[in-house]
Amino acid sequence: MSRLLPLFGFLVLVGLFGFGIWWNTQHDQHEIASPLIDKPAPAFALPVLGDAGTTVTKASLLGKPYFLNVFASWCIECVHEHPMLMTDVKQLGLPLVGFNYKDDPQAATAWLAEHGNPFDVIVADREGRSGIDFGVYAAPETFLIDAKGVIRYKRIGPITPEVIDKEIRPALAALAKEAP
Amino acid sequence: MRRWLLALGWLLLPALCVAQAIQPLPFRNHAEEVRFQHLSAELRCPMCQNETLADSNAPIAHDLRRQVFEMMQAGKSDDEIKAFLVDRYSQFVLYKPPVEPSTWLLWFGPLVLLAIGGIVVAVQVRRRARQSPADTTPINDTGDDW
Repeated sequence: MSRLLPLFGFLVLVGLFGFGIWWNTQHDQHEIASPLIDKPAPAFALPVLGDAGTTVTKASLLGKPYFLNVFASWCIECVHEHPMLMTDVKQLGLPLVGFNYKDDPQAATAWLAEHGNPFDVIVADREGRSGIDFGVYAAPETFLIDAKGVIRYKRIGPITPEVIDKEIRPALAALAKEAP
Repeated sequence: MRRWLLALGWLLLPALCVAQAIQPLPFRNHAEEVRFQHLSAELRCPMCQNETLADSNAPIAHDLRRQVFEMMQAGKSDDEIKAFLVDRYSQFVLYKPPVEPSTWLLWFGPLVLLAIGGIVVAVQVRRRARQSPADTTPINDTGDDW
């Protein structure tokens, strides 16, 4: 029996390391779970992209759930995500608010002219200060904010068909259940 | 001569990169700078996850350094600044997580493992002592029995 002990220890280690490998394939290591989920979205007042005279605030968006998509013309992943925003995300039927993050307004406008504009309105956070309040650390990121202004879901990284089916649709279903 | 200049250039290259990476902040005095360096070395960059805020060249690290600096200028304490960042980026930004129920395993896990190892060794030693109490002479005293 005691001669089998090393083998037993070896198998335990194999199991442990195997679990570690499996765990890392299931989880994006770069993803930091946001502490803002189910908390009120931070207040913000940002100018509309290309129309600095108009300001959009958190209060002005209340009353209806919406997506807030963090994008930038310098963001490579955003190009990959963009077709999803143009079609699948739009078809979910919620307003799509663009959050142009640390971007040059002209570059952003040119980027949208090239790739298409899926957004109902775009706010520009040139300095990235509102981005810090939202806990943004990379683009793309997408928030689902409910009618009361509470962050219900956050996606870090591009939206894929799988993400829509496995995460966004259930989140929307939960929202629909609450609404009278 | 040219070779020496070239070598010097290569030597200075990393210094150049550092100079470009970290934009200088207008500190009021040396004590403030020391405090800033100390604080930003305790904070972790959310983007490039194995670098401190002090070392990282990611855009978000630059923004967060600016944020920390401005909060220091506004008279916030280190704890207030850390709380501000934890509220937005979770405890991930702290290189030294606080001791609380969710981090007990992290803090005390190694001690528990050490204790388990100690118990295993103690049990083994006792068992062997019981098996051969009389046999005190070494079987092989050349010292190279393996």
